Amino acid sequence: MELYVTEISKYVIALFMFLYTLEGFLTFRFTTEKKRRGLYIRQIICMFAVQLSCFIQIIARTGKPVYLFFFIFQIIIFASVLMLFYAIYPDGNRLIINNSCMLLVISMIILSRLSYDKAVKQFFIVTASFLIGFFIPEIIFRFDFIKKFTWVYAAAGAAAIGAVLLHGAVTNGSKITYTIAGITFQPSEAVKVLFLFFMAGALCEAKDIRRLFIVSVVAAIHVIILVLSRDLGSALIFFVIYLTLVYISTEKLQYLFTGLFFGAIASIFAYRHFYHIRVRVRAFLDPFTDIAASGYQVSQSLFGISSGGWFGLGLYGGSPRSIPFVEQDFIFSAIAEEMGVVFSVLMALVCVSTFLMIMREGYYIRDRYYRLIVCGIGVAYIFQTFLTIGGGAKFIPLTGVTLPLVSYGGTSVFVTIVMMMVVEGICMIRTDERFKAMERRRQQSGAKES
Amino acid sequence: MEQKKVKRKIRSYPIVVLSVFFAGLFGVMLIYISYYSYAHRQVLMNNSYNTRQQILVKQNSRGTIYSRDGDVLAYSQVDESGAETRVYPYGREFAHVVGYSTHGRAGIEYMANYYLINTSIDLSDKVALDTKGVKYPGDNCTSTLDVALQEVAFNALSARKGAVVVSDPTTGEILAMVSKPDFEPSSISAEWDSLLQDKSPDAKLLNRATQGLYPPGSTFKIVTALAYIKDHPSDYDNYRFTCSGRFTIDDESISCFHGETHGSEDFTSSFANSCNSSFANIGTGISRKVFKTTLDQLLFGKDLPLDMLYSKSRAAIDESTSVGDVMQLSIGQGATAMTPMHLNMITCAIANKGVLMKPYLIQQIKSADGRVIKSYSPEVCRHLMTQEQAATLTGMMEAVVEQGTASRLKGLSYTCAGKTGSAEFNSSSSDSHAWFTGFAPADDPKICVTIIVENAGSGGSFAVPIAKRIFDAYFGAE
Repeated sequence: MELYVTEISKYVIALFMFLYTLEGFLTFRFTTEKKRRGLYIRQIICMFAVQLSCFIQIIARTGKPVYLFFFIFQIIIFASVLMLFYAIYPDGNRLIINNSCMLLVISMIILSRLSYDKAVKQFFIVTASFLIGFFIPEIIFRFDFIKKFTWVYAAAGAAAIGAVLLHGAVTNGSKITYTIAGITFQPSEAVKVLFLFFMAGALCEAKDIRRLFIVSVVAAIHVIILVLSRDLGSALIFFVIYLTLVYISTEKLQYLFTGLFFGAIASIFAYRHFYHIRVRVRAFLDPFTDIAASGYQVSQSLFGISSGGWFGLGLYGGSPRSIPFVEQDFIFSAIAEEMGVVFSVLMALVCVSTFLMIMREGYYIRDRYYRLIVCGIGVAYIFQTFLTIGGGAKFIPLTGVTLPLVSYGGTSVFVTIVMMMVVEGICMIRTDERFKAMERRRQQSGAKES
Repeated sequence: MEQKKVKRKIRSYPIVVLSVFFAGLFGVMLIYISYYSYAHRQVLMNNSYNTRQQILVKQNSRGTIYSRDGDVLAYSQVDESGAETRVYPYGREFAHVVGYSTHGRAGIEYMANYYLINTSIDLSDKVALDTKGVKYPGDNCTSTLDVALQEVAFNALSARKGAVVVSDPTTGEILAMVSKPDFEPSSISAEWDSLLQDKSPDAKLLNRATQGLYPPGSTFKIVTALAYIKDHPSDYDNYRFTCSGRFTIDDESISCFHGETHGSEDFTSSFANSCNSSFANIGTGISRKVFKTTLDQLLFGKDLPLDMLYSKSRAAIDESTSVGDVMQLSIGQGATAMTPMHLNMITCAIANKGVLMKPYLIQQIKSADGRVIKSYSPEVCRHLMTQEQAATLTGMMEAVVEQGTASRLKGLSYTCAGKTGSAEFNSSSSDSHAWFTGFAPADDPKICVTIIVENAGSGGSFAVPIAKRIFDAYFGAE
């Protein structure tokens, strides 16, 4: 009986995930949220179907009623987030909030399976993040004086990551965390948001090449501090944010290529001078020769991804715990192993649809400042997703960043929820812009008539 | 009208470019992940650092290995407590080729491991077994091995060290593979430590057929002859040589086996008599470039198309090779070394009109309830020589049987073609390994045999009789 449940639910999960992803991409056919409503509702049904089948699997395998309560709490929280959001912000973008919840649902499922304690902890952080996050769209919408603190953001950000470099604890070979009152923070995640606001403000002001140069220097300081902290993944993300925002703001491809050129030179320099970078590259090129040491993580991750097959071994069917740091850096491999390659590819496509929706919002908004922030968030989000999935699958060298919303890690999930809420706030500004434009047109035509 | 125009204007090219770029990047990455994880699943599962094997071993009982006719070569016995014992009904006979699955893996147990530990039975059967508390049966593997031929080869080699490879040149199926000394696979666990500590030259765990590197001796004259034909395509038939038992250039000399003198010879009789002097002369007459390309084409120093563990053969020539070394190379001595399996593959290609079929040991994988999971079929591997060259070499190898060193195969109910070898492995003595490689029937080859008997003497006296017993068994002659 248990076997029937676990075997059949594997396919049910993949099917609902497929439908969910499909509905997500179908939203791009319509221009207004009103027309997408049906798709969104079907998405939510699929989301809870995936959650339900996974928890049936978990309960069938473990036989522990505690998971049932945990599951009920999750349904209550996610259902209230979705309903409250729709009630408070009817002008927000529902694909982004749906996708965020879907990824969090997956996160809670796989974390429950990997470590119940970590899952509960993460669940509390997610709940708290939403409580705080719900104010953010309103703040973004109401107060446009946030535009004025450009250089404060830069100073605060650089100071925070600089302080980590100086005093931070050494974890996993990278100095990236603070511990205050027993709670560990990862400032580079939070500074990412400050950096985005700084870049957007500075680039809006930068009218000439001299100002652009100053912006570049400040960005370079951020990146260099992160490289010195050995936080390669964050350094790369900051660099990509910088490049793409300069490109979007100036619309000049030559700036993008100049930046990439300097980036390439810096990478070669770093490769020559930092031993730990050479180790990562070697482990990427051939993880199996030195499998006992440098290649261990990547090869275990690859074992995980490939052992699941298309539909996975079922929750508790594999051994994802043999992958080091599986909850943070290799969550994708754990998902692929137990829920299948098909499911994990669909999950990555959900991330892509989130990204495309964010970029679409950035495309249609007229205000340059908000456009830069929205696009910056979109690129930062998708690039980080790319780094962690690609790193664990031996597509690119491993950089050790989290999969946004899915990986275990309080700072990461909080910051990502904040960023998504910023996007929602900016969506409201765009709706407002359109409304005002319609109003203006009506007034003009009204004036002509009279 | 105007509104439509405004709508069509692209508002921001960078956003479009970035969206398309990242979406494309993800597309490529996700296809890569799907492809990589599927294509490499067996290699990854077999990696000794992959602990997931243990899950399968705990869940499924290891599948059975069958011969081509359905005889059981290896199976798992499960006792009441669920503990598995691997049983090998034929014992030592199939020791190397079927291999073992404890203390690492070898042979078919290694090659088919992924399937043997996985199960493909229906869900309803699994549920039924679950309620009984029995492990699921793993998938079964049908090999290409022929019990009768293996038995003959095993007995023919008797107490000698050496190896025998028997294959079908038209398909690449390996019909028998024997290597001696051997071990008792059922008790390998108990004997493991003593097998590892054994420092004698026995090397019982080494599969000499695929991993043993031997000087090929005169069997290598097949290669030298092919290089000469390539270098002198129109006039190799005009070759003449007078053998006085010894051939000398610049103080370097080569003698014929056991000091024989062969007198006046042409190309074919030099080959049939296995005349070292003449072949040293032939070798020095080949352009080194052609010789080198021939070696490359025949996969010397290269990866072989084999799924099992094997050693790479060694044979090399370039502009800096000394004349003495070229003469040694031409008769398969000196630094030259090859595995019996590699020689068998070259012989197969000659028998199969120049085309090498990929050698294979596994025919089919079936689930315990008889569903075919995977079938292996003959596969063209590569062209080692032209059809004309293969025909010429076949003719020469027939001459070896008709008038040369393998005359014990003359006048049988089937026609044979082959080449003997007596390879000296110790420069200070005249002891030699006995070689034979050949096929039958010469005009329509069905079976290809390669034999080495270590330290036995001449190939004609010690290897050819083994070949005859195998051919007799195959063609049903007495």
